[in-house]
Amino acid sequence: MEWFFLISGLFLGWSLGANDAANIFGTAVGTRMVQFKTAALVATIFVALGAVISGAGTTETLGQLGAVNAIAGSFTVALAAAVTVTGMTRMKLPVSTSQAVVGAIIGWNLFTGSQTDYGALAEIVGTWIFSPILAGIFAIVLYLLARKYIGFARIHMLQMDAWTRFGLIVTGAFGAYSLGANNIANVMGMFVYASPFSEITFGDFFSFSGTRQLFLLGAAAIGLGIYTYSYKVMTTVGNDIFKLTPLLALIVVLAKSLVLFLFASQGIERLLLSVGLPTFPLVPVSSSQAIIGAILGVALIKGREAVNFKMVGKIASGWLTTPIIAAILSFIALFFVQNVFEQEVLNKQESGSLTEYSMVEEPELSLMDQIKSSVGQSDAWYMSLDITPCSSEIK
Amino acid sequence: MKMTQLFSHHKQIEGEIDEFLDSIIEGGLLFKKGVRFYLDGRMEEFEARLEELRRLEKQADSLRRNVESKLYLRTLIPEFRGDVLGLLEHSDAVLNIIADTLLEFSIEIPETLSDLNELHYDLAHNAIDASENMVKAIRAYFRDLSAVRDNIKQVQFSREETNRIAEKYKRDLFQRSNLRLSHKVHLRYFAHNIEHIADEAEDVCDRLAIAAIKRYI
Repeated sequence: MEWFFLISGLFLGWSLGANDAANIFGTAVGTRMVQFKTAALVATIFVALGAVISGAGTTETLGQLGAVNAIAGSFTVALAAAVTVTGMTRMKLPVSTSQAVVGAIIGWNLFTGSQTDYGALAEIVGTWIFSPILAGIFAIVLYLLARKYIGFARIHMLQMDAWTRFGLIVTGAFGAYSLGANNIANVMGMFVYASPFSEITFGDFFSFSGTRQLFLLGAAAIGLGIYTYSYKVMTTVGNDIFKLTPLLALIVVLAKSLVLFLFASQGIERLLLSVGLPTFPLVPVSSSQAIIGAILGVALIKGREAVNFKMVGKIASGWLTTPIIAAILSFIALFFVQNVFEQEVLNKQESGSLTEYSMVEEPELSLMDQIKSSVGQSDAWYMSLDITPCSSEIK
Repeated sequence: MKMTQLFSHHKQIEGEIDEFLDSIIEGGLLFKKGVRFYLDGRMEEFEARLEELRRLEKQADSLRRNVESKLYLRTLIPEFRGDVLGLLEHSDAVLNIIADTLLEFSIEIPETLSDLNELHYDLAHNAIDASENMVKAIRAYFRDLSAVRDNIKQVQFSREETNRIAEKYKRDLFQRSNLRLSHKVHLRYFAHNIEHIADEAEDVCDRLAIAAIKRYI
């Protein structure tokens, strides 16, 4: 049964793959600079690598916002997010998967009475404002550098075309890696606390944690979305805000990918910490928001008159309504799942201690838990010893 | 397609475009030589240059078609392909006019006037200057956009100069009372055709100016 509950997450992954791959390879495939089969293969491989290698950081932040700890709860939260994304897409309203997921988790917090970590929420909402601005700044810098370099280099138009194709594939791979690293939390993050997978080890030298297996499954769903539906999105989604040439698309995708990477990379976080600089919060940012920020950055430099500000306003309004709709849907769906289908949407026993779990690897047992496990006594027995445990489970 | 193949294919087409543009330059030089030999009455050498020019024109046509089909089949430079094809076709038209004009000398054998020969040659020289500068502008469009404007300016100057010389030639011609009207009209027709080379080169540059604006990133 627990495997069935993963379906909503896989559906969300499929939808992410179908929609967000277009943000990476849309212009490249639409202008036939890159063949769809090449784009799909590169995107699928690198999304999976990003998810499995670097997907943990953003998942941890999402877990702080709301640790959905029962698989039926995870199913419902993911379903609410997926229905929001699909419904708004069908209504031709721009939508962000990240925002839908955050809204759905807050819906779960409200329904179960779990406390929302407002620090984490502020961090996430802050990135919704900061990430498009940062992507816009990156795009402007990259654009100015490209313009200067191309002016100096005097490369033949055809050589430029070859380099642009090569660049579109490389930045597309980087974009897919960043998408996997940053957005796998949206797809599988809510299942981490209720993961049906257990660690697989091959001898002493290799182990594959349950979380990573979950991420790989999510990445496979994203890949399926890319192969089955993204071509349609790539070739039909026009340049609604500003017409992009392949070279501008390369700049925009690179700027967007850098932003997603910065908000997902634990390596960069450690590097910044080591030199005493402030770090970027590891938060699942919306790739749609980042790419729109990057497009606007380039468009403002090239000429404001070509920007469709009406479309920008429509997209921005979608950014406000998406989390609210997802939260309401999640709340209502959880009510039905709990009261009509009689499924447990909150594991009350675990709920107190979950935020102390490590999200990347299998949770390590605390000293108290290890003692409990080896001695095998009840909580009351420990209390009689007058030990003050750190875990709320045995308070 | 492998990455190395991608770059080598692009390099090959780049070479073919350069070869095509070389043909226009060479065609212009053959035209100037041909006109010179015709005016000097060296008909054998004139016919040899004409033959060479006609061969070159066929070769340029085939090169252009080859480049055009490769650009389409391999979906290269998608956002500039239309402009590039337009430029190649119209610059090929300039070479065709050059070859046709020299061919008409061979067919119609106009009776040129010895005292107007230098003006006639000057006319041909300036018209070919316009076509040569047109080729420079097209090459700049592919490699160095900042130079396109300068080359277009030179084409415009050569065209204006050609028009001035043609006007002078025609005025001089029609003021002569000792010539038959048919003779005057015949020579005017040749002056007009040579002038047309420069006009066509300028038309190509008008297209080029717009195409260059689109190429700025």
